[in-house]
Amino acid sequence: MIPEIGHLALILALSLAITQAIFPLVGTFTNTRSWVAMARPVAWGHFLFLAIAFGCLIQSFLTDDFSVLYVATNSNSHLPNLYKVAAVWGAHEGSLLLWAFLLGGWAAAIALFSRGLPAHVVARVLSVMGMISIGFLLFMLITSNPFERIFPVPAEGRDLNPLLQDPGLAMHPPMLYMGYVGFSVAFSFSIAALMGGKLDAAWARWSRPWTIIAWIFLSLGITLGSWWAYYELGWGGWWFWDPVENASFMPWLAGTALMHSLAVTEKRGAFKSWTVLLALFAFSLSLLGTFLVRSGVLTSVHAFATDPARGVFILIFLCLVIGGSLMLYAWRAPSISSGGRFDFVSRESFLLINNLLLSVLAALILFGTLAPLIYDAMGWGKISVGFPWFNTMFEMIAPFLVLAMGIGPMARWKHDDFAHLFRQVRVALVISLIAGGVALLPMFSHGKMLVGLGVTLTVWLIATHLKNLQERLKHKHGLKGLLRDLAGGSRSYYGMWLAHLGVASFIIGATVVSNYGIEKDIRMTPGSDVTIAGYRFVFDGVSKTPGPNYTAYRGHFRVFDGANQVAVLEPEKRHYQMQGRPMTEAAIDPSLLRDLYVSLGEPIDGGDWSLRVYYKPFVRWIWLGGILMALGGLLSISDRRYRIVRKLSKSEAATRKAGTNATGNPATETA
Amino acid sequence: MSKQFASLVFLWLIATALPVAAYTLADFPFDDPKKEQEFRELTGKLRCLVCQNESLAASDADLAEDLRREVYDMMKAGRSKEEIIKFLVQRYGDFVLYDPPLKPSTYLIWFGPGVLLLIGAFVVIRTLKQKKSAREKTLSAEEQQRVEALLNTASETQGTDK
Repeated sequence: MIPEIGHLALILALSLAITQAIFPLVGTFTNTRSWVAMARPVAWGHFLFLAIAFGCLIQSFLTDDFSVLYVATNSNSHLPNLYKVAAVWGAHEGSLLLWAFLLGGWAAAIALFSRGLPAHVVARVLSVMGMISIGFLLFMLITSNPFERIFPVPAEGRDLNPLLQDPGLAMHPPMLYMGYVGFSVAFSFSIAALMGGKLDAAWARWSRPWTIIAWIFLSLGITLGSWWAYYELGWGGWWFWDPVENASFMPWLAGTALMHSLAVTEKRGAFKSWTVLLALFAFSLSLLGTFLVRSGVLTSVHAFATDPARGVFILIFLCLVIGGSLMLYAWRAPSISSGGRFDFVSRESFLLINNLLLSVLAALILFGTLAPLIYDAMGWGKISVGFPWFNTMFEMIAPFLVLAMGIGPMARWKHDDFAHLFRQVRVALVISLIAGGVALLPMFSHGKMLVGLGVTLTVWLIATHLKNLQERLKHKHGLKGLLRDLAGGSRSYYGMWLAHLGVASFIIGATVVSNYGIEKDIRMTPGSDVTIAGYRFVFDGVSKTPGPNYTAYRGHFRVFDGANQVAVLEPEKRHYQMQGRPMTEAAIDPSLLRDLYVSLGEPIDGGDWSLRVYYKPFVRWIWLGGILMALGGLLSISDRRYRIVRKLSKSEAATRKAGTNATGNPATETA
Repeated sequence: MSKQFASLVFLWLIATALPVAAYTLADFPFDDPKKEQEFRELTGKLRCLVCQNESLAASDADLAEDLRREVYDMMKAGRSKEEIIKFLVQRYGDFVLYDPPLKPSTYLIWFGPGVLLLIGAFVVIRTLKQKKSAREKTLSAEEQQRVEALLNTASETQGTDK
């Protein structure tokens, strides 16, 4: 019964999505006010039915309804309840439902928080989101229905992939999807603006907070994914340039560029068409990412052949969304006034360089990820493009990005001169070069050149941003000014500041752990010990421990720094009842300066075990960087100018009136 | 239905073929720590041919174990890194290398991004030139007023906090 309700709710959500896509949009062109006004209530209804469907699937998982094929494939009666819920998005069908549910949620949020926007803008934005929803719901109902029944009903489910039975990964997909789907808002605002033919500062100010929120979620999602890979996969890596990782990183890069570009459009009215294009790309890459990961096409082009209906649907949907939006762009963009004059040396120029480099990075990841597929499809042979290629490309381009990041915030809008900028950054330049030079001394670098680069860039970012803060506070009476800024309307500046320092944190973390990390694979007898980076690991043997749906071998280690015991580590190797392959659970003693990491390998005859013992200095700074970036974003959207103030001021009343008077020739278009 | 089930099973297979590093390199001892590091780096840059996306160093597939053993034996026999790579490429093709070799068929991979960057730089420089000479578009007083009214409205009522 419950699954049928869910199924029905999906169908109703689809019909509402169709309504949401057609009527409000048509209404804005025919001046039918009642149709325009439908947008908000329909968006609410759409979200309601998606929530019902989502709830039904959760309920099916919680009650172990194995008559539902998706539940039978991805759950098990012994699975802890937390993971039963997480199993909802553990595979293809449920992920799509989560996606659609979040899309409905974002649309409902716009309906709720957009009272200040002209009615026709809301109508068009919601209608574009309705169109996207139609695609997802159709895809689900035609090819990937999560509520499909199975007969005969299996007595037990196949269990969730053990890799996903982890709190970090339970949270990872919702975060990532909040980001992906969030970019649909920026996308919809752009499409709406292209339809209206008017892009102005107001448009940028409306899109900006939504874009930043999406970006925050995506940043956290990627950080979470990296952290999970580090502790769960058992080899201590935090990024492998796996296609799945790349799929989330591409929209992040495009979204980062979009965020910066929107700032210019809001403040200076420049970059308009470029901003729109970035919004289209950010969302297109999100869509591509969603489908690439879930369709299996990355493993091999032939995966499509296993289920042609899905593959064909995905291709058509992607073509419609990406092709359609680009065509609209090509048609309307030339009429967008370019506006906003600026000189060679100006903040705009640096942001333009930032946009270029971020876009190139996104493009080259796309290229590197798809190159093996392209080569295979064209018959140019089978190749692999792995981390050495990606690392090389990144190390060549990213430093310029960081260089621009240091100078950009110092530059004045519109016009600046080299002499002024040089005076601003010369101290930072000297300090960072000295720091890099010291790091390159053989006693520190051990002949690893990249250490010098990493240290230089980190110090450069910190020094330029400190200088920037100092300059800012000079005019604001020091600390008092800082507090007043934070309390008041200048939080977006500190958001930028914090997020940029997050990049510095990431660089130093990645540099140190890649160059000074120690990895040792050894065989140990219970009672013996091994010393790595000054830490003595004593192996006290392995015991057997039962878990809810697995049995585990648990290793026991004591770690000493000199005579002091600093940690007890208990890595596990789990055998899940329903799934064949054993899983490793690494044990980690974390700290800001270093992680100590042990994971169990194989038992070898006579009670010996093969083990991985790692020393990972500064690895936490990588994720700390991600968290700082997200916090920066949060601080930035709490800026007063984006905040909700629920009072009807005279000016708003006036605008409303003007907006409704000019029906069909709506307010922003006449502005 | 059966087709769908087949595809589900297929997806499940893919999902379970994700890297699960269950074994270690402990069985491949070297007297010289430098050699050991080299072995670790080399197997890290070689692809396990039957896995989804795992290096030889991280995979616990049987084939990966065989290849590791082979690489180890070759290193023990004193053969250089280049010789080992050449041997493996002859046997398995370029697919085995995570680091694609530079040769005519891979020029696209290695030089494509550079060309992309050049195109981008060209666009930026052109834009900068245009922007420098562009006229500042000024709003009429009336337009200015409307913009301000709209912006004030937006900043006061538009919600962002979730």
